[in-house]
Amino acid sequence: MKKSTNAAYYIPYGFWLIFFVIAPVVLIIYQSFFDINGHFTLSNYQTYFSSGTYILMTVNSVWYAFVITFFTLLVSYPTAYFLHYTKHKQLWLLLIILPTWINLLLKAYAFIGIFSQDGGINSFLGLFGIPAQQILFTDFSFIFVAAYIEIPFMILPIFNSVEELNEGLVNASRDLGASSWQTFRQVIVPMTMSGVKAGVQAVFIPSLSLFMITRLIGGNRVITLGTAIEEHFLTTMNWGMGSTIGVVLIVAMFIIMFLTGERNHHRKEARHEN
Amino acid sequence: MKRLISLAVLILAISLGLGLWSQNLQKSQGATGDNTLNFANWGDYIDPALITKFEKETGYHINLETFDSNEAMFTKIQQGGTSYDLTVPSEYMIEKMKKANLLVPLDHKRLTGLKNYGSQFMNKSFDPGNKYSVPYFWGTLGIIYNDKFVKAGEIQHWDDLWNPRYKNSIMLIDSARDILGFSLVSLGKSMNTTDAPTLQAAKGKLDELAPNVKAVVADEIKMYMAENEAPLAVDWSGEAADMLANNKHLHYVVPSEGSNLWFDNLVIPKTAKHYKAIYAFLNFMSQPKNAAQNAEYVGYATPNAKAKALLPKAVRDDRQFYPDNQTMAHLQTYADLSPKTVGLYNDLFLEFKMYRK
Repeated sequence: MKKSTNAAYYIPYGFWLIFFVIAPVVLIIYQSFFDINGHFTLSNYQTYFSSGTYILMTVNSVWYAFVITFFTLLVSYPTAYFLHYTKHKQLWLLLIILPTWINLLLKAYAFIGIFSQDGGINSFLGLFGIPAQQILFTDFSFIFVAAYIEIPFMILPIFNSVEELNEGLVNASRDLGASSWQTFRQVIVPMTMSGVKAGVQAVFIPSLSLFMITRLIGGNRVITLGTAIEEHFLTTMNWGMGSTIGVVLIVAMFIIMFLTGERNHHRKEARHEN
Repeated sequence: MKRLISLAVLILAISLGLGLWSQNLQKSQGATGDNTLNFANWGDYIDPALITKFEKETGYHINLETFDSNEAMFTKIQQGGTSYDLTVPSEYMIEKMKKANLLVPLDHKRLTGLKNYGSQFMNKSFDPGNKYSVPYFWGTLGIIYNDKFVKAGEIQHWDDLWNPRYKNSIMLIDSARDILGFSLVSLGKSMNTTDAPTLQAAKGKLDELAPNVKAVVADEIKMYMAENEAPLAVDWSGEAADMLANNKHLHYVVPSEGSNLWFDNLVIPKTAKHYKAIYAFLNFMSQPKNAAQNAEYVGYATPNAKAKALLPKAVRDDRQFYPDNQTMAHLQTYADLSPKTVGLYNDLFLEFKMYRK
């Protein structure tokens, strides 16, 4: 009896996986083998890899995603670390999560108000007699807003791993004469690495295909693969090409998962056992 | 386990109850059955007061759904699953829908207001004899300038945009056909060019414009221009009308050497069912009073000649939105291009957007 009820619990998850994870991916891959006239072909992939435009766009996307992830990590790691030592941890955490309850578009529009010629920042600069600066539609504004949006998703996993950190190990390291920097480098960083990896995955992958912000904040001066997908599905109706770019993104995602995956972890554990 | 099952049953029962309730509610509002009109329209493209008036006058209920691109609407109708009775495609999309057998011919005997429309908006190349469509609005593509930064008369032609004085000053609408289109006009070519080398040349000319381009955005242009974010923009006339209403310093110019002239017409897609309501609505909208009220609300130019006569003189004689005959003669209408050419336009536009100054 018990065994069969256990199996019954898996059924909804099984259906979920089949219909909402596997089926869409299979459909995208299937779709990517058809050209605009509905003929089966490999030409979409050929176009993708032989066209300088798409290659450049891919390089752009990866580069921007990397920069966004880098700055997000730069802000999030110390935040998560010091959060662990604050008094009202749960309250601070809530405040960090709070912005994720607000719709992405609303946040983007709020930044338009802050960054525009008559916006908050330029009015502030005006107080000191500094003429209005062009902030919107620059790489700076795009990366700033993207990082702002992604920061909670980086802080949470790092915070959790810092919470799990065994305080005794840190104390032991100090007792044995390690400096604060050595403790940080040799003990704290390796032990919170899993959180950092989870955070990088949660930030890098969505950053690869950002497209709303590229237009609203970046003014289409920043073009990522997301822009191209949107265009192929909505304007040119070349779903095959759009799917091909989608497949490339899925492959990129697997590469990131592999690079930041848990395989190093196992090796380390094996070493501990020796 | 038992508790889990009873919980699931409870949730299902609640959903079922809510479903029945909402259906009852719709019935009591007269939203089901034969007195509905399923109208797919662009967002904010009809005066809501007119919908109320139509419902009161005729007893039909309008079920309004909006779309934001011709292509999205086309895909929805082609894939089925919708039951639109009326929709408002642009001219090239009417051609495309006609080719795809998605349109139902109009019964001219049931239309009472056809004679109200201006002759220059009827019998166009995309729909000879208005077999399938009735004009709804028309407009142009042009340049908006802010007289705080740009002197009146400085911007008259497309080529003026390339002036190095306007570095980092222009906002472009995110639309491949329109942006490559004005570059083609500035080269003296047709906006319906299909020949790859000419398109390449137009893209090359756009690349030279890149230092002057501040951003390539969509609807947000309206907000940016109203807030003096940029001195210049390229956008459609109706969007310009909105901006002008919000900022006294803005002006709209249709370059006399040529630009796009577009039409949005009402058509009956093949998914239509409620023909009585459809013709009641088409006749209601062709009444001059209603068309004029709609034009004042939406801000685009009305093809209804009698309605135009009812508009305030300042609107009627505004050369910005009702250009003179000489300019009108140079305006070009988009033809339905092959998917391959549409793809080429979009690829070139994407390359232009990626071009770094």
